[in-house]
Amino acid sequence: MLAYVAKRVGMVIPTFIGITLLAFSLIHMIPGNAVEALSGERGMSPERYQQLSHQLGLDRPLRTQYFDYVGHLLHGDFGRSINTHDGVLQEFLTLFPATVELALCALALALLLGLPAGMLAAVKRNSVLDYSVMGVSLTGYSMPIFWWALLLIQLFSVTLGWTPVSGRIDIAFDFPAPTGFMLIDAWMSGEDGAVASALWHLILPAIALGTIPLAVIARMTRSAMLEVLREDYVRTARAKGLSWFSVVCVHALRNALIPVITVIGLQVGTLLTGAILTETIFSWPGIGKWLVEAIHRRDYPVVQGGILMSATIVIVVNLAVDLLYGVVNPRIRHNS
Amino acid sequence: MNRPAAPGPQAAPSPLVELWHYFSRNRGAVFGLFTVLLLFFLALFADWIAPHSAIEQYRQSALAPPAWQDGGSRQFLLGTDAVGRDILSRLIHGARLSLFIGLVSVSLSLSLGIVLGLLAGFLRGWVEFAIMRLMDIMLALPSLLLAIAVVAILGPGLINAMYAIAVVMLPHYVRLMRASVITELSKDYVAASRIAGAGTLRLMFDTVLPNCTAPLIVQATLGFSSAILDAAALGFLGLGAQPPTPEWGSMLASALEFIMSAWWVVTFPGLAILISVLAFNLMGDGLRDALDPKLKS
Repeated sequence: MLAYVAKRVGMVIPTFIGITLLAFSLIHMIPGNAVEALSGERGMSPERYQQLSHQLGLDRPLRTQYFDYVGHLLHGDFGRSINTHDGVLQEFLTLFPATVELALCALALALLLGLPAGMLAAVKRNSVLDYSVMGVSLTGYSMPIFWWALLLIQLFSVTLGWTPVSGRIDIAFDFPAPTGFMLIDAWMSGEDGAVASALWHLILPAIALGTIPLAVIARMTRSAMLEVLREDYVRTARAKGLSWFSVVCVHALRNALIPVITVIGLQVGTLLTGAILTETIFSWPGIGKWLVEAIHRRDYPVVQGGILMSATIVIVVNLAVDLLYGVVNPRIRHNS
Repeated sequence: MNRPAAPGPQAAPSPLVELWHYFSRNRGAVFGLFTVLLLFFLALFADWIAPHSAIEQYRQSALAPPAWQDGGSRQFLLGTDAVGRDILSRLIHGARLSLFIGLVSVSLSLSLGIVLGLLAGFLRGWVEFAIMRLMDIMLALPSLLLAIAVVAILGPGLINAMYAIAVVMLPHYVRLMRASVITELSKDYVAASRIAGAGTLRLMFDTVLPNCTAPLIVQATLGFSSAILDAAALGFLGLGAQPPTPEWGSMLASALEFIMSAWWVVTFPGLAILISVLAFNLMGDGLRDALDPKLKS
């Protein structure tokens, strides 16, 4: 097991180095020059240019600059936002809980609906139910979620007036946010109706963001389940006299979950992509909205840091899933 | 044409006939195929089919509702947008853009992916290591984020969005190609060809490549749907096609402010995206099932 872990972690290191190279070269590849991009100043005098260039370390050889960059990263220095002059890492860490909260709720929704839907479709194969589940999930999979979010707002916020259109909580509430997770903070504040307000703000973005993972999980669960239901041990369990329900929910589901776990790991990328769109539409103060605004403002240090951090999250989660997979399935860690 | 029925059981049907046989059993896939054909038809003849120009502004009838609603007119079947442009005509011209984006980015990505995949599969060693690690890095970035990074470098615009999408899709083709090449290289016909004196280039493009096409066709079809979706997302964020280009995603960019007043401005462009993406996905799924020998029993 230790050798397997070492091998998997070792494979990630070149990818990490590559990501830092990519983020580093981003600044040098954008049109114009790096001094303007990193300082956000335009049309500066030659003296000012010299001064800034020296200050930012851009007058040194590229290789030195890269090692400096990595050195700064290792000390938690991701540069400063041109717009707010705050540290990029600090901004990221402030906004990140909002995105995590949204993504976790979206994923929970996808699992709660996707797993049973996929199981039912597999058990009732080729029935109307199966076709409906598969049809709906293919539609969900093909959905432009920015449009889906607009439709949800149109129906639930504008026409029915059930949910708010944007933000994380009603502005009437004002309490400290020690965790950054609005649901937890609202609960800890003990104010009347705070949790309900946070929940109402969360529900539409979570549906919009959870739609694609939901479709993927339902499809994957169905096909994994169909595969497992053909196995001998399922027949054995039935022959022992166990009820169909307990065979499906205990014997089959546990084995069908293995490929589903991998797919859930792969959804991290989908969730981050979706967060960019969902947060922009619902004015959700997370890293997706932050990145889009940074692009529009040409706040390149933020773009650079945001890309680096997002990629790191994807890599770490996928590594964790791989390791988990090795724990669940001994065949994997011995073969590879 | 009027050939007599082939004698004996040994005459196999041509591969295309066989493909159609399996493909046409899947009703969803056939529906997808016909929708795709319709989209191509609309795209090709957009200038003749569209009732109005895509960018002409009929200021007097701004935000006119669809024809069947009160206040709608036959002149604008699906209504008009905030500056009085005919939505139906913009959608039809948008089909041309979406398919063009799909065609260009898939072709770019596919051809580069084939070459890199062949190199990785044939040369192995450090070439393979370098190519595959680079692909790992690209896969580590969420698709839209990678596209945004490329757009940040190249600047917003339709053409740059196509490059960005091509870059995003590249790792999938490279991985697929490399895996197929490695499988094929262990087969006897490759060894036979090599013994017969075929050079590496000939082995790559003439011997091995034709036997790897099935998964590539499926992936390319599915690539169309993700290209259309990503282009629309970039357009929606203001990083893709710029106004007044009738791109479906950028048509939705300003839709949020009309969500209370003019539902048709919000509804139709998204529906166009959904239908096209769904059609390519259905067709791709159908092709995969039809081409996968495991499913033919």
